[in-house]
Amino acid sequence: MKKDKATIGSDPYEIEQREWKHRQSKERYKQLLTIASPIFLLLLWEVMSRTGIMDIRFFPPPSAILGTFVKMIASGAMADHIGVSLYRIFAGFLAGVIPGVVIGLLMGLYSPIRHFVQPIVMALMPIPTLALLPIIIILFGIGDLSKVVTIAGSVFFPVVINTAAGVLNIDRIYLDVANNYGAGKVQFFFKIALPGALPVMLEGIQMGQAIALLTIVAAEMMGATSGIGYLIWTSYKAFLLQEMYVGLILISFFGYLFSLMLRGLQKKLLPWR
Amino acid sequence: MRKMAKIEIRNLTKAFYKKQLSVTALDDISLSIGEGEFVCIVGPSGCGKTTLLRILAGLEQPSVGEFEIRSEQEGRPLQSLVFQERGVIPWLTVKENVAFGLKMRKMPKDVIRERTEYYLKKTGLDRFSHLYPKELSGGMKQRVSIARAFANDPEILLMDEPFAALDEQNKFILQEELLSIWSETKKTVIFITHSIDEALLLSDRILLMSAQPGKIIQQVKIDTPRPRTVEDIRKDPKLAAQFVDIWKHLQDEVQHSRQENR
Repeated sequence: MKKDKATIGSDPYEIEQREWKHRQSKERYKQLLTIASPIFLLLLWEVMSRTGIMDIRFFPPPSAILGTFVKMIASGAMADHIGVSLYRIFAGFLAGVIPGVVIGLLMGLYSPIRHFVQPIVMALMPIPTLALLPIIIILFGIGDLSKVVTIAGSVFFPVVINTAAGVLNIDRIYLDVANNYGAGKVQFFFKIALPGALPVMLEGIQMGQAIALLTIVAAEMMGATSGIGYLIWTSYKAFLLQEMYVGLILISFFGYLFSLMLRGLQKKLLPWR
Repeated sequence: MRKMAKIEIRNLTKAFYKKQLSVTALDDISLSIGEGEFVCIVGPSGCGKTTLLRILAGLEQPSVGEFEIRSEQEGRPLQSLVFQERGVIPWLTVKENVAFGLKMRKMPKDVIRERTEYYLKKTGLDRFSHLYPKELSGGMKQRVSIARAFANDPEILLMDEPFAALDEQNKFILQEELLSIWSETKKTVIFITHSIDEALLLSDRILLMSAQPGKIIQQVKIDTPRPRTVEDIRKDPKLAAQFVDIWKHLQDEVQHSRQENR
């Protein structure tokens, strides 16, 4: 009882402010945890590798991998591998996302198209694009194009499915509102269908991004003469495990970076959520 | 002085058909509503009052029968619907929501701005015009819905239980705001509700509907002078009698349909 009186006696804004500061520091603590977790993992690895708990031949310490990375950068070969892989990832990503969004929107908006295309999508989706790689190489050569096509093929499916689902999941009431207020076809598309489908569509694109990175490594292991995947594969065959880890960590780094970029884009595009 | 009919509904029937089980939602409804009249339709849930409104709003087709909304002014939309709730589009700001109908009809930019601003101010939303609906309370969202309908300047307004999801205090405030905007524009309104109090406060005429088949079973004229307040509705002995009368009618209806369904 006495305690209650004491709190009532002091300035309510002050109490709220204290409360707010407390919440802020809690938020900062959570952010710290997010940053700390990968660092913790690397430290653990370093220690276990150095102390011999993990076999140093198979799991070289991160500091050694970093050293190798610096050396590889200095020799000049690294930049080429990264550049060519990034080019393939971006080109393949776009070549998968753009038709995925277009066809997904058409499927969501027009049910005859949906009923016609859906079985094809469902039948083709389980086939790993990588299993088609030999055919893709025959058709598109061993240059960049075959990698771009492989990535595009893998990225396409999650995007097309999520885009169609995004349109279909728009609450019926918004369609009624558009109808009642006399929206034309074009207005309906830009004011209702596209913004309404965007959240789920972006989830699909996020998934596509992850798949693009998974695919590039495998695609570059076969019939390639450059790229991060090629680097991983040749290093592995020559038992240069530090070089191999450089490649793997690069892929993981880019995956993390692209995820962050897409999350940022999501926040920009969906201020209403 | 007989008012000309603004809305004519003739022998309107709507049935729903689902695998052997067909339901008559509206049964041979004929109705005439005058210019500037505020009509409330009251009935138990499932009596087809929303179906009637959706037909008038062009969102559903009647099975049989027809209706007509008399157009006064070229280029004016015939009707605008205020939805139950969730009718505010979440990815548009308050301002864009209010301007929605005008934009869809491709009105000139200055007209859109002027009318949007007028109704934003009228509904007290001008301070929130750049917010998204998720940042608004339920009452504020319904204000957006109402402002959107009035800004569209339709021949008639259709309202589908717009205040049903609000708490009592908010409801009273919005009802009075609605009446104040309405008295300024003198639009013809069809308002659906299941609250007798609300109907008594708002309407010139109350139509009572029965459930399955949906029929209009009685009409009550409310000639208590305006402006009315919530207190008036509770104090006025005549309105109190009307309340009881309507209450009994609806009660009978509910009992009746219960026995039939048994």
